[in-house]
Amino acid sequence: MSEGFARPVAGHVPVLRLGDVLLVTLQGDLYDSTAHQLQQDLSETIARNGVTGVVIDISGVEIVDSFLGRVLAETAAQTELLAARTVVAGMRPAVAITLVELGLTLPGLRTALTTEAAMELLAQPIVTSRSGGMREESP
Amino acid sequence: MPTAAGVEARLPIRSDMDLVWVRQHVRQAAAQLGFGLVDQTKLVTAASELARNTLVHGGGGLMEASHVTTGGADGLRLAFSDSGPGIPDLDRALSDGYTSGGGLGMGLGGARRLVHDFEVESVPGSGTTVRVTSWVTRPPRQREDV
Repeated sequence: MSEGFARPVAGHVPVLRLGDVLLVTLQGDLYDSTAHQLQQDLSETIARNGVTGVVIDISGVEIVDSFLGRVLAETAAQTELLAARTVVAGMRPAVAITLVELGLTLPGLRTALTTEAAMELLAQPIVTSRSGGMREESP
Repeated sequence: MPTAAGVEARLPIRSDMDLVWVRQHVRQAAAQLGFGLVDQTKLVTAASELARNTLVHGGGGLMEASHVTTGGADGLRLAFSDSGPGIPDLDRALSDGYTSGGGLGMGLGGARRLVHDFEVESVPGSGTTVRVTSWVTRPPRQREDV
């Protein structure tokens, strides 16, 4: 059929482990079931291996609709509860423009322009706003 | 010059696999008609939202794609129809944040913002048809005499 449009991926998306970080690369068009499966696979892998970060590279994804947007946001929230941080990397400009127009700004989602930048972001120590408040209480 | 072949289609929407075919067809048809990358992305995203509504709320249905023209401009029209329960309160269904299907509630209202023309016909008890059209916007032509 069309040139340059990757075949849909059925089943599992490979999850690669690089030290303390899981790397997932989404390509082309996903079935809804594949996206749900990935969400589950990631949570299980984090819980089993105790990784501290997840990078989801979506540079090969041509559209993010509200379903996939919700899966990404939920995945980020789940990993947060499992003591890991998720960064979505490589969103195409056309996808970002469309998501905002759709009304889906995904405020809780951490993003980076490239996978490399996402890895650097995860290597930085976590700064929480709460620590500032606690310092004021101490004499 | 775009031709009808490759644009005109009737695609069933019965499973999440059909959603993939709908997206692929719309992408291909939009590219063939000369839509730019951002407009292609908007159209495919709108089609994905509407096809998912057809599947989830309408219990399945079909999408018809057609090439339309007006005053020399090319457009792509997509009609999503189902014979599901219909939409009882259309104004509410079009407002952001409203959902009855466990989604984010961006489907109908969000899709409307991504296309140029949008119309919904819904009869409670007998089904819903959503028709959207987007037009190829071309950069203004250079004047030849200057």
